This record gives sequence, C-alpha cells and structure tokens, in this order.
Amino acid sequence: MSQNADHVLDHFELFRGPEYKEMLANKREQFENPCEPSEIERVREWTKTEEYREKNFGREALTVNPAKACQPLGAVFVAVGFEKTLPFVHGSQGCVAYYRSHLSRHFKEPSSCVSSSMTEDAAVFGGLANMIDGLANAYNLYKPKMIAVSTTCMAEVIGDDLNAFIKGAKEKDSVPAEFDVPFAHTPAFVGSHVTGYDNALKGILEHFWDGKAKTAPVLERVANEKINFIGGFDGYTVGNLREIKRLLTEMGVEYTILADNSDTFDTPTDGEFRMYDGGTTLEEAANSLHAKATISMQEFCTEKTLPFIASHGQDVAKFNHPIGVAGTDKFLLEVSRLTGKSIPDSLTRERGRLVDAIGDSSAHIHGKKFAIYGDPDMCLGLAGFLMELGAEPVHILATNGTKLWEERVNALLASSPFGKNCHCYPGKDLWHMRSLLFTEPVDFLIGNTYGKYLERDTGTPLIRIGFPVFDRHHHHRYPVWGYQGGLNVLVTILDKIFDEIDRNSNVPSKTDYSFDIIR
Amino acid sequence: MSISADIDEIKERNKQLIQEVLEVYPEKTAKRRAKHLGTFEDGKADCGVKSNIKSIPGVMTIRGCAYAGSKGVVWGPIKDMIHISHGPVGCGQYSWAARRNYYIGTTGIDTFVTMQFTSDFQEKDIVFGGDKKLAKIMDEIQDLFPLNKGITVQSECPIGLIGDDIEAVSKAKSKEYGGKTIVPVRCEGFRGVSQSLGHHLANDAVRDWVFDKLGNKNDGFQGTPYDVAIIGDYNIGGDAWSSRILLEEMGLRVIAQWSGDGSIAELEKTPKAKLNVLHCYRSMNYISRHMEEKYGVPWCEYNFFGPSKIAESLRKIASHFDDKIKEGAERVIAKYQALMDGVIAKYRPRLEGKKVMLFVGGLRPRHVIGAYEDLGMEVVGTGYEFGHNDDYQRTTHYVKDGTLIYDDVTGYEFEKFVEKIQPDLVGSGIKEKYVFQKMGVPFRQMHSWDYSGPYHGYDGFAIFARDMDMAINAPVWGLAKAPWKQASPAA
Repeated sequence: MSQNADHVLDHFELFRGPEYKEMLANKREQFENPCEPSEIERVREWTKTEEYREKNFGREALTVNPAKACQPLGAVFVAVGFEKTLPFVHGSQGCVAYYRSHLSRHFKEPSSCVSSSMTEDAAVFGGLANMIDGLANAYNLYKPKMIAVSTTCMAEVIGDDLNAFIKGAKEKDSVPAEFDVPFAHTPAFVGSHVTGYDNALKGILEHFWDGKAKTAPVLERVANEKINFIGGFDGYTVGNLREIKRLLTEMGVEYTILADNSDTFDTPTDGEFRMYDGGTTLEEAANSLHAKATISMQEFCTEKTLPFIASHGQDVAKFNHPIGVAGTDKFLLEVSRLTGKSIPDSLTRERGRLVDAIGDSSAHIHGKKFAIYGDPDMCLGLAGFLMELGAEPVHILATNGTKLWEERVNALLASSPFGKNCHCYPGKDLWHMRSLLFTEPVDFLIGNTYGKYLERDTGTPLIRIGFPVFDRHHHHRYPVWGYQGGLNVLVTILDKIFDEIDRNSNVPSKTDYSFDIIR
Repeated sequence: MSISADIDEIKERNKQLIQEVLEVYPEKTAKRRAKHLGTFEDGKADCGVKSNIKSIPGVMTIRGCAYAGSKGVVWGPIKDMIHISHGPVGCGQYSWAARRNYYIGTTGIDTFVTMQFTSDFQEKDIVFGGDKKLAKIMDEIQDLFPLNKGITVQSECPIGLIGDDIEAVSKAKSKEYGGKTIVPVRCEGFRGVSQSLGHHLANDAVRDWVFDKLGNKNDGFQGTPYDVAIIGDYNIGGDAWSSRILLEEMGLRVIAQWSGDGSIAELEKTPKAKLNVLHCYRSMNYISRHMEEKYGVPWCEYNFFGPSKIAESLRKIASHFDDKIKEGAERVIAKYQALMDGVIAKYRPRLEGKKVMLFVGGLRPRHVIGAYEDLGMEVVGTGYEFGHNDDYQRTTHYVKDGTLIYDDVTGYEFEKFVEKIQPDLVGSGIKEKYVFQKMGVPFRQMHSWDYSGPYHGYDGFAIFARDMDMAINAPVWGLAKAPWKQASPAA
C-alpha cells in the first residue's frame, strides 16, 4: 500500500506504485485481449511515415481532432458582451450545457446561458411553445435587459423561424413588446464558432439599427466622430479588450467596443456572483450606427457583419488578429487615419520597448521553425509576428479556414523571406497536423490545449496560444494585442524556448556543459 | 434547544426558502418547479420530489442530453473502440477528453478515448443525408486506425431528424469487415429529458449489438467461482482502479470494467461473471438487470466512498461468496484501517461540523454523503441532475431528516439556496463552480473531482479528505471581502 495520510498521493503517483502496476498489467494480459506489443509498435511507427501521411491526407469523410467548435458557441460569446444580456439558445438543452462548460473551463468564470430545452415533441411540432415559455421564464428569473437568441442544429434542421417565434412569444406576453430580443440563426453544420460570432453580432446590430424586426423605426444614421471596435471570437478577450481601450484612450479616440465581454469573463471574487457585468450598453449598441467607422480585429469573425456595417455608410477596416510590431503599427495607423488623431509619443515609446525586447532576444528565435494552428485570424496574426522575429512558420493549419483564408495566408507568407518554406492547410485537423509534425518536423508548435496530444506523440514542444486553453491558468487575462500584447507573446514563446534549451542540456556530465546561467 | 426543535426550524426555513424562490417564476412554471423542491421527512419512502421530468425552457437547467449520456458517459470510455460523434462538430468537441476517464493504452494506435472522431456534418449532409459519409468514415477508420476493435456511432440531434439509417450502415459495414463490432446508438440529444435516456439507450445498444452478437465468442472462457465485473465506474481520475484493487485483494477476480478503462473484450466476457457489482446504478442498472434476466448474473449495488460505506460494501459483496471471500473482505478492511484512522485523525478535526450542499449526477448526490460523514461533515442539501424516483428512494438511506432536496435545480434556485443556507462547501459541476466561488463559498467539482481523484476506495478517500480540507480551509476565502468593505464589528 503506497497511500499515506501524511503525504497523500495523487493520481500522478498513486498508480505508479508496484501494486497498481501489477494489477493493470494483469488486467491487460488476462481480460483486454490486447494487441501484440510488436504490432502496436509497428503501427505506431507506420503512423509517422510519408505513406501514412498520404493516406491521412486522403481522408474525405472522417474528421479527427478538429480545431474548431460550432456556431452557437460564438453566438453565446457575443451575447454576453452586451449589458445585462442573457444568451438564449433555441433547441436541445445539452448544447447549452456544453457551451457553458467550454467557456467556464477556459476563462475559469461562470458562464450563464439558457436553453429552450426542446425534446421529441418539439421536434414534431416545432419549438414555438418552448420559445414562449422559455422567454417568459428567463425574463422573470434572470431579469436581463436583453435576451439574445441563437439556435442549435436541432432547431435549424426542423426549420424553426426565430423571427416569427419571437414575435409569437411577445404576442403571448412572454416578454414586454418593447423588450429587446435580437436573434441569429446559427446552424452548427455551417462554418464554426467564428461564423456564429459573426451571425450573432450582425443579428444584434441589425436589431438595433434596422427597426427591431419591424417593431420600431429604422434608425437614421447621423455620423459622429466615434469609432466602433470589434474584437471577434477571442480567448484573450479579457486582456485584449482592456488593452485596446487603453490604447484608444491614449490616442484620445472616442470609441464603442461592440460585444465587450471583457468584464463578463473576469468578475471579482468579493462575495457577490455577478451574472452580468460590464458589456456594451444597449444604447451604445444602437448609437454605434452613427460611428464614423468600424474596425474589426478579425476578418473571419465579421465576414457578414462588416459588409452590413459598411452598407450603413460607415468606413470599415479589418485586421487578422494583429500581433507584434508591424501588426500593431498598422492597427494604430488605421485608427489614426480613421479618426484623425495622432499616435501619441507614449505609444511610440511602448513600441520602442517591444522592439528593444525583440532585439534583446532575437538570437534565440531567429531561424526556429514553427507549426501553428488555431482560428483563422489568429493563425495570421501569429505567423506575421513570428516572421517579424525572424522565425519561420512551416505549417499553418485552421480547421475552420476557408479558401479566402488560404489566400490571405499565402499573401502574408509571400511578403517575407521567412515565409517561403511554409504551407497552409485550410480545413485540416490535428490528426493531419500529427502527420505533418512527423514528416516535416518543426522546433515548436503553437496551438491550444489539445496540442498537448501532439506534443506527447511527436515530441514537438507546445506553446499554448489560442482557444481553448484549459490546462494553464489566467493567460486570457493578458493581452496579445498592442505592443504590450506583443511583449507577452514574445515572452511566452521565449520561456518555452529557454525551458527547452535547459531541458536539453541538464544531464550531469553528459550535456550540462551547455546548462548556462546566462542566456 | 432540543434537536427536534432544531429540525422543525430547519424544515420551516426550507419551506420558506422554497416559497421564496418559487415566487419569482411565472405561475405555470412555479407550479411545475414546486414538485421538484422539498424537504426530506424521516420515515418517508422517497424524498418527496418529482423527478425525471422535462426541464422547463429558459430556467437554466444544469442538465445535458442523451448524447452526453451515451457518448460522454457509457460508451466513450471503452478504450479500444472508436466512437464517432455523428453529426455537426460541436458535441464531440465540447465533450472531448473532458470527463477524465483514465485508461492505459497507446492513444491513436490501439486506444482512442481522448480523441475526437466526428463526421463534422455540413449543410449538404443535412440535405442529402449522412449515410454514405458514415460508411466512408468507417472505411477510413479501418484504413488509418487498423488496431481498433470496434466502432460506435453516437448520434447527434440531426441524425434522427433527417431520417438516416445508421443501423443499416452499421450492419453492412460489420458484415464487410468480417463481423466487426459496429454499434449504432440512437442517442440524439433531443431524446428524453436529460443524460439519463442516453445511458439507457447506450445500455440497450450493448444488449443488441454486443451481447446479441456474441455467438461463440465466450466458448473458451475459463471462469472461476470468484469472477465479478465492475459496472458503472467510469474511472474518473482512476476511481475504478482504486476500487478494483480492493476487490482483487479480497480474493475476487475482476473480469471486466464498465466502462472506465474498459475494452470490448471485457464487455463481451461480462455475462460470464458470477456477480455484477454496480456502482452507478442510474447509468447501468439496465444492462445489469438484463444480464440477470438473460444470463442469470445477479447484481449488487455498492458504495466505495468513505471507509464506513466501503466496509459495508465489501461485506455486502462478500456475502454473495464463500467464507474465503468473506474473510478476504475482513482482511482488506483491517489492512486499510490504519490508513483510514490516520486520514480521519488528520482531517476530521479540520472539517468537523462543516455543512455541505450537493448537486450532482448519477449516484453521487447520495453516495458521497457517507464519506463526508466519516469526516464529521453534514450534507444539508442534495439533488440529482437526472435522477429517477428509484434514486430518490435510495437517497432516503443516506440523508438526514430535514435535508433540503432539489431535483433538476435551476441556476437561480441553487444560487438562492446557497445564499440563504450558507454551507461551508458546495459540491457540483463546472458550470456551478465559479458562481459559488465568486460568492466566497468553497467549492469542489464532484463530476471530475476537480481534476483530482481517485475518490473511490481507501486510497481515494485519502485524496477526498485532503481535497475537501484544502477547499474549505483555503486562505483565499478569507480574502474575498476587502477590509474597507467589511461590516464594522457589532458594538
């Protein structure tokens, strides 16, 4: 017996005790009908080969370990970015349990969202009754200022009509007639969570700007000097949006952050549970129509929203999750161009500090090879930064990447000599990435938590940047945007590089001549 | 004040509390929710609440769906089979490796638990049907994962709505691959009222697609009089392992684990067991009953949380066997006595009298109560996410007079109950964790063991006790209120 009251063994250690090891070996031998170890080894080696890679890339139907989620997750993410807004997902209830868990596991925060809990009878008769009851219950119980409705695939397959249903529910007095219930159809079998972000944000803006589903006058745009800012689906939303506010304030820009969930996903522990906190006010959401321009930090999260905004007469600008010096430069210059405000010296100094830091550390990153996967825009932002650092992206993969994304990536790679040996993989998954890492190895992998399986299998050190990150804490509180954000990303990458150098040089009398105290 | 007066007071408080939360609901909803909330009265046959009824739209139920019950709970941990999340990408993504079903194996080669296989349905699959895609997926699985021992098809919502025939595809492919085990499961998320139907459907799928196709597979099986199968242990954080070791130490031979660290070979052998020992009654009573009826394998429920219940359970299991096993049980109990004494001596003084509120899934709303009591703690409220009336009947053996009972609790109710009752610890899930921690209430996830565990067995109890102590006695909870915001002490 290895367990001990004075030194309690966790699962890490407990099952490595001899009694457990023996037990598990016997279990396998006697009852599991296991494959021969040699056979396992043969297949394991085979999965590392070019031949396997070819078969793997020949897949037409099966997806293994994708790096994307489904639309309603993005819709929920948007909804909680508005003042006292309760996300309401129309369809099966299990989905909502999943979105809430997923967001909570990443942000380590509560995630409030309700479902219309449709079951078999709703599948037959439609979910109108669920909408009527659901809105009334949510309204009474959680006292929201707005309920933002989206759909699960169940409601989409049976063809429920949100516009008609919400109208029907209001006729039944579920919520007051003037209560804001914007909506978006968010079928899980189209696009991914970034598409859901887009649809939901467009739905909310459409609601406020274009007459609240014909229940209010269409707003007339009276252009002002403000700009709107859209972050897109972003695991770093807490740190990033706060950093953007700081930058815009430094520049003296008047702005509205749309879907500002930076407080929602970072509430204090002070004895009070805040179901709602912060967020874009509904007034701001409506008035954002009058802004001079809208900036989207993630093109692929706003493919419909930005044209919608442009069609209302605003200037629009889009970025691809810009990270680093040039990315931030472009962003600030664009803000400056759109607003006529100059970039203050304080930010020029911040820029200089990031350049300084890169200069200090460049030698350790230059020429290192990277694989990157993640959401389409973030892949672009990271690739741009890596090339700026003199690193070489080799594989860039986005399961939810499209043809257009591929064009954007290729254009970016063509812009730098450091991008010339890199390939782009839209629509591929992490099992494809596994083959890539075996057949064309790199020094480091950048991705979300699921990348740890690739790290284990291929030995490629994982740098966790992306969404979701479940197994490291609090990084979402730090920005990756702005010069300060660039510094954070730089340090994250450097820490891993130095850890690896130390790990590879710490065997006494064998490799530890390189175990340097100064690097 | 006498104890009975105390209890009357508690019952009166509960009544008022329930009244208070119901007032906020629209009338129709209040009527429906009222049936799910109550106070346990000593001597009653159940907990006085209705259960296993549809959740009410818009109230923020904590429940999941049938897919979660089948893929997430029952089938997902079977390690040498590939489980296809059949439909759009989300369900498989959100449930990917989240349940901590530990296993030994080479992932991606002969073992597949922490992988996400999905048909990633696109619009065209909805419009034209997904059967052809499913067939192709099975071919690709055979090609790329040649050591897999079987495939299950875990249906997501659209499958049942678009009229796909996953059974036909499974049969055809099974035949094509020489009788390979391929199991279609109709666990679409809109079926039933919670995860619970998914458990049932998954159990039925084992019956129909594994047991009924056994043929002569078990002919060469060399049985012993001491063969048992562990049923309803998902090996979360290694729970089944710290249970199995006790059964083996008492002289039993564990021929199968359902389904944590389980394999298809073990499932197939189970009808040969002399006794099925059932931990999570809710999720696997169906197949246990079936094995009793069809193969004559008796089953017995047990509880491996905390030394009191473990000892009781070891003796209960042993009672189905001869003296050798009965002595074995006593030997095991004695062997771990010192460890248990040490754990209790260390942690009980730190936890004595602390009050706990629970809201969990299958068996834990009752099963863990004994473990808390072993530490001198008291469970003052409990409820099931997807329990049935037979769960609430079983609960009467665990709870005390006056315990607040809440079935399928809503976010609102749970928050209000905790706010008013002010327990020292809440045990529930990830969706609840941060709500209560914000309120300054210590919390442990009681589905995933909050990334700790095992909690089963004697080895697990040491970890359980340590974890409860570190939750309740963490210095951080004393920091929640800023000094300048604290009420000035009464004069």
